[in-house]
Amino acid sequence: MTMPSVSRRTILAGAALAGALSQVRTAAAETTAVLTSATPTDVESLPRVKVKLVDPPFVHEHEQIATGGPKVVQFEMTIQEKKIKLDDSGAEIWASTFNGTVPGPLMVVHEGDYVELTLINAPTNELMHNIDFHSATGALGGGALTQVNPGEKTILRFKATKPGVFVYHCAPPGMVAWHVVSGMNGAIMVLPRDGLKGRDGEPVPYDKLYYIGEQDFYLPRDEKGNWKTYASPGESYEDTVAVMKTLTPTHVVFNGAVGALTGDNAMTAKVGDRVAFVHSQANRDTRPHLIGGHGNYVWATGKFNNPPELGLETWFIPGGTAGLMVYTFEQPGIYAYVNHNLIEAFELGAAAHVKVEGEWNDDLMKQILAPSA
Amino acid sequence: MHTPVTLLASAAIGVLSLSFWPAKAPGNLPQLVRLDPAPFSHRLDGDWQRDGGQVNAPIRSVQIPAPVEIMEMPVSTGDWMACVRDGACIAPGGPTDRPELPVTGVSWMDANAYAAWMTKRTGDTWRLPSDVEWAHAAAELFRDDALGVEADPANPAVLWLAEYNAEATRSRNLDREVRPVGSLNVNSLGVRDIGGAVWEWTSTCLRRVDVDGTGAVLREGETCGIYIAEGLHRAAINDFVRDPKSGGCSVGVPPANLGFRLVREAI
Ligand SMILES: [Cu+2]
Repeated sequence: MTMPSVSRRTILAGAALAGALSQVRTAAAETTAVLTSATPTDVESLPRVKVKLVDPPFVHEHEQIATGGPKVVQFEMTIQEKKIKLDDSGAEIWASTFNGTVPGPLMVVHEGDYVELTLINAPTNELMHNIDFHSATGALGGGALTQVNPGEKTILRFKATKPGVFVYHCAPPGMVAWHVVSGMNGAIMVLPRDGLKGRDGEPVPYDKLYYIGEQDFYLPRDEKGNWKTYASPGESYEDTVAVMKTLTPTHVVFNGAVGALTGDNAMTAKVGDRVAFVHSQANRDTRPHLIGGHGNYVWATGKFNNPPELGLETWFIPGGTAGLMVYTFEQPGIYAYVNHNLIEAFELGAAAHVKVEGEWNDDLMKQILAPSA
Repeated sequence: MHTPVTLLASAAIGVLSLSFWPAKAPGNLPQLVRLDPAPFSHRLDGDWQRDGGQVNAPIRSVQIPAPVEIMEMPVSTGDWMACVRDGACIAPGGPTDRPELPVTGVSWMDANAYAAWMTKRTGDTWRLPSDVEWAHAAAELFRDDALGVEADPANPAVLWLAEYNAEATRSRNLDREVRPVGSLNVNSLGVRDIGGAVWEWTSTCLRRVDVDGTGAVLREGETCGIYIAEGLHRAAINDFVRDPKSGGCSVGVPPANLGFRLVREAI
């Protein structure tokens, strides 16, 4: 059987393009002003801040309580199509990534800020991509204004009017699901200007924040049951869609691979640390659970205009949603942070660890009789 | 991709079908129509933009650079299965038990494998037609697919709503039946089956062209992983896509089916 020996990368080398192709216009007329409605002229006069994005599970430096008024917060992301290893069994996938990671980086702004994203589609890529922000208003979340071919870039500005954690993902017409389950999604956190608040208005600050992006992958196998590998994303398309249609993922992982947040890469904390966990799943329902701990403050559907739930054991994040949980660690030890569909956690990969150092509290737990005969 | 089982099954069907599809026994050349360079007025292909907003592609006088012969009809399923039996093509995504129908469910890559097979078999150069060659061959049956609505710089939604309405109209009027090759229509050049339920691949890459207010080209770039497919309207589709219904259209409403015809370069 012969396949045409067309190297798309060779052809693409001929496609040279520079400069922003899309003039981006705000959909100001469509938004209900939460704060003051701003005309484009107002935006010009706002202070501008440039953010350097950081790879998950970490997040770029940010204020929890905003100083000053709304700003234009500038981000830049380069889309990279790259082969990533999902586990040690030979499972590899051509991931489409925002900025080279699965999930894409967590972006943080405050309510009323303007997000200004420069989105670059690397010239070595094969596919057209775009970005749909669940936190944005109009134009399919920005998707209709950001379609970039390899070698192109675009700049989108939108006003962050709804406080919460939100998914963003690629949504090219006709291929949305495939791009999303190729890893092309991430999250943005729009904090209230005065920070997170509990049910009674009490502040809910955090000492550190981790971003967990859960991803379902659908890897084709050959007749012998071995993982198939491909020379380019396009070649994997048809087989992958066939597996996707079974709705049965072969992998459900945190941060792009089995074990990406365990062992040397485990999250860390100290007893007394208030740790915020942002958890996104762009495609499929999930049910996070901290084994040995709790969800002290949980916005399971991630939107800060709703009061958080308190002291949960497990919380439910519907597919296409990001959620936030804040927990203060009270005991040292190893905690497992899992999707409490335990098959997905322990057979398919959706498990992470938190290493917590500090003093043991006998009042909370004490072994009275060690297991004995 | 395709399991050997599928391939064998399809090949068997292909062999059976030969008995009642004698018109195109392997070895026979397809019927060809010669196209000679002559200027004609043509709505250019590609995505055209002015100030970041989509505009209609301009109409220009164009002509094919050299004479070619184009297949009178699209490649049929019977033709395709001969290539499959030779091991040079893979089974199509469309039905394999109706040799008289145009082959459907083939990607741009698949179509090029068929052209390579034809070239090897005959010693002549066979390839997909360009957008201009296809339009020349389609002659009066070529449909101008311009939307006729210009982008409103102050409101991008005006264009999206117009496009949506145009696409809804197109799908309402779409003839979804795939008919035997040669039976749909014939134009003044003797070329058959233009339009209908099968879109045809071309060798033309999707290009994005930025123009200024006077129509002068400021910048032009091609994406050669996305190609123009011709039919009732032009679609731009990733080269690996076989079934546009399940996705793959990067611009505009997806075509119903993907097939193709080839040109032979004049000897
Ligand atoms: Cu994408």
